[in-house]
Amino acid sequence: MMYGYEWDTSSALAFALSILPILGIGLLVTLQAAAVGYAIALVLGLVLALLRRSRYKAISWTVACFTEFVRDTPLLVQLFFLYYVLPDFGIVLPAFMTGALALGLQYSAYTSEVYRGGINAIQRGQWEAATALNLTRLQTYRDIVVPQMIPRIVPALGNYLVSMLKETPVLSVVTVLDMLALANMIGERTFDYLVPLSMVGLIFLPMVLICSALIHLVERALPKSGIPLR
Amino acid sequence: MTWTQYLAPLMKGAQITVMISLTSIAFGTVLAFLAGIARTSSNPIISGIAFVYVLLFRGTPLLVQLFWFYYALPLIGVSFDPITTGIMVLSLLTGAFGAEVVRGALMAVPQAQHEAARALNFSKFHTLWHISMPQAIIEMMPAFGNLAVQNLKDTALVSLISIADLTFQAQSLRNITLDSATIYTMTLAGYFIIALGLMLIIRFIEAKLRRGAAFPRSAHS
Amino acid sequence: MTSIIRFQNVTKRFGALTVLDNFNFDVRQGEKVTLIGPSGSGKSTVLRILMTLEPFQEGQLELAGIGYHESHGRGDFKASDRHLHKIRSNVGMVFQSFNLFPHMTVLRNIVEAPVAVLKMKREEAESRAVELLRMVGLLDKKDQYPSQLSGGQQQRVAIARALAMRPRVLLFDEPTSALDPQLVGEVLGVIRNLAQEHDLTMLLVTHEMRFAREVSDRVCFFDKGRIVEQGEPDRFFTNPEQPRTREFLSSVLNG
Repeated sequence: MMYGYEWDTSSALAFALSILPILGIGLLVTLQAAAVGYAIALVLGLVLALLRRSRYKAISWTVACFTEFVRDTPLLVQLFFLYYVLPDFGIVLPAFMTGALALGLQYSAYTSEVYRGGINAIQRGQWEAATALNLTRLQTYRDIVVPQMIPRIVPALGNYLVSMLKETPVLSVVTVLDMLALANMIGERTFDYLVPLSMVGLIFLPMVLICSALIHLVERALPKSGIPLR
Repeated sequence: MTWTQYLAPLMKGAQITVMISLTSIAFGTVLAFLAGIARTSSNPIISGIAFVYVLLFRGTPLLVQLFWFYYALPLIGVSFDPITTGIMVLSLLTGAFGAEVVRGALMAVPQAQHEAARALNFSKFHTLWHISMPQAIIEMMPAFGNLAVQNLKDTALVSLISIADLTFQAQSLRNITLDSATIYTMTLAGYFIIALGLMLIIRFIEAKLRRGAAFPRSAHS
Repeated sequence: MTSIIRFQNVTKRFGALTVLDNFNFDVRQGEKVTLIGPSGSGKSTVLRILMTLEPFQEGQLELAGIGYHESHGRGDFKASDRHLHKIRSNVGMVFQSFNLFPHMTVLRNIVEAPVAVLKMKREEAESRAVELLRMVGLLDKKDQYPSQLSGGQQQRVAIARALAMRPRVLLFDEPTSALDPQLVGEVLGVIRNLAQEHDLTMLLVTHEMRFAREVSDRVCFFDKGRIVEQGEPDRFFTNPEQPRTREFLSSVLNG
């Protein structure tokens, strides 16, 4: 995929500018991986958090162990596990999907803790009031619990988005052509790693800062008392 | 090969992983205190340097930092062997995240405590070490525990700069045997056991600190 | 007659708000002065400036013959840490919220500063601390932590802690305002005993009018950053001259 690209290595600045377009392609892959991975993490984490509250000890205990295990082991090894073991069971996914799945899986362990903390922070009286008003379980969650949870969980969930964004370069290890993979290829071709690798860092830095700032803004804009869903 | 034959090479890798993790947590903790205290300094140059350091290492991916120190830095004449590079980068990363923990805990010490220290004519140094730090350090422990486990997980990336850690050994074994499921399950279990050990150590230190300063947690009056 | 504290045309602003406006105020050595007035009138600010917890923008301030500022920069008077250290060696403060160090025992709270700042030997500092604790009636609590004490007991320890530094001037910033009513008496009792000390200069911000009348040599009524009226307590409370003073006194005495 490097064919057809010419790099101007006459000066560091010219080199940096000439690799920008190709790094831009990698950036898109990076952002897509983070987006898919984050979507998986948000949904899977919620499922895990709800299963954790199951009244069956066997289920809640298994889920608790699973999340703890996923949380305490490296993303890279989990990625290798999915990348090499899934095909043994006949599940063949593109590298990108495997990567996004690994990101999603690792971060679902984090998000499930955020959801759980959010639910646990709802005062007992709120549940009792819901019961006293004869609300169904669904109504209680939809109208009472979730609206009060949102302002509490959004900041933590946002921070995990930023963390995940910073972990996407790991996907380059399983042939995903993200920004880092492309920078490495440019480095191999030109024997100059300094410029491409520095560029990747310099592109990540403002992305991370802007994301963090946006999360902070959202956090401040959210009413502390909660957001009604209907 | 059966799974028992994987044990020896994986154990060898695990030793490297534990060594790198413990060393970089130790250096990282020192850096965290230096940079965290520097961030609260009223001298703009000192706090500025600490700010830029924390910003750079918190704002960029670890893998990029690792490759940068391993592939790019030698091009401007600075090169270290892989182990040193790995420990250095992990220490710097842990130090940057730890600095925010230290700063946050120091800032959470109530202003009234600083006023009381000033009224008793304590020096800035005495106030930091004998008034602020003892109250802040216990608040830091849970966050440092998380950072330690994060550090352990991050060490897996040093396998990508040819350090023969647990992940590296797992990769080598898989390339020979293609027995992916067994090898990676064992590897994940290995990391999990090390993580549990790490958490036990942190608990122990926290309990010790708490006993050393036997005041209740919310005693700010 | 020598003044130990001398404010000359001191102006203190918080942003656009002027808290003290061309403030003049003298206190004699050994004098016990009570500052009263509505909240936000600047009386606590006077103490906080004296304790070097707040800077001021204009004017001169001296305590025990030492001027507060060495230089003038960015609108505030500046002094080096060494100079501030010198000023503070003559003055101590008792805070509304006690501000004991939660990670130190009662004894350690009192001993810490004499050892660290006055370079006193630990044994000597401890025997003095024991004396002070006996004086405030809390010797049996010496090995406890602040959180194990009631508010009144914490404040008595805080007074002992301030006295351990042998200040010539002791500032009390609403020392009983954070206490439950039944605990106020024990703290006032300790302050009353201190007021017998001839050499100790005391500045007391309080809402306890009867107590102010009983212990002070002079009462100053603050309003909007200036002293509206001051005088000897019996005259002040029985026959205030200014209408604003009468209004304030009737609101606190009958309210």
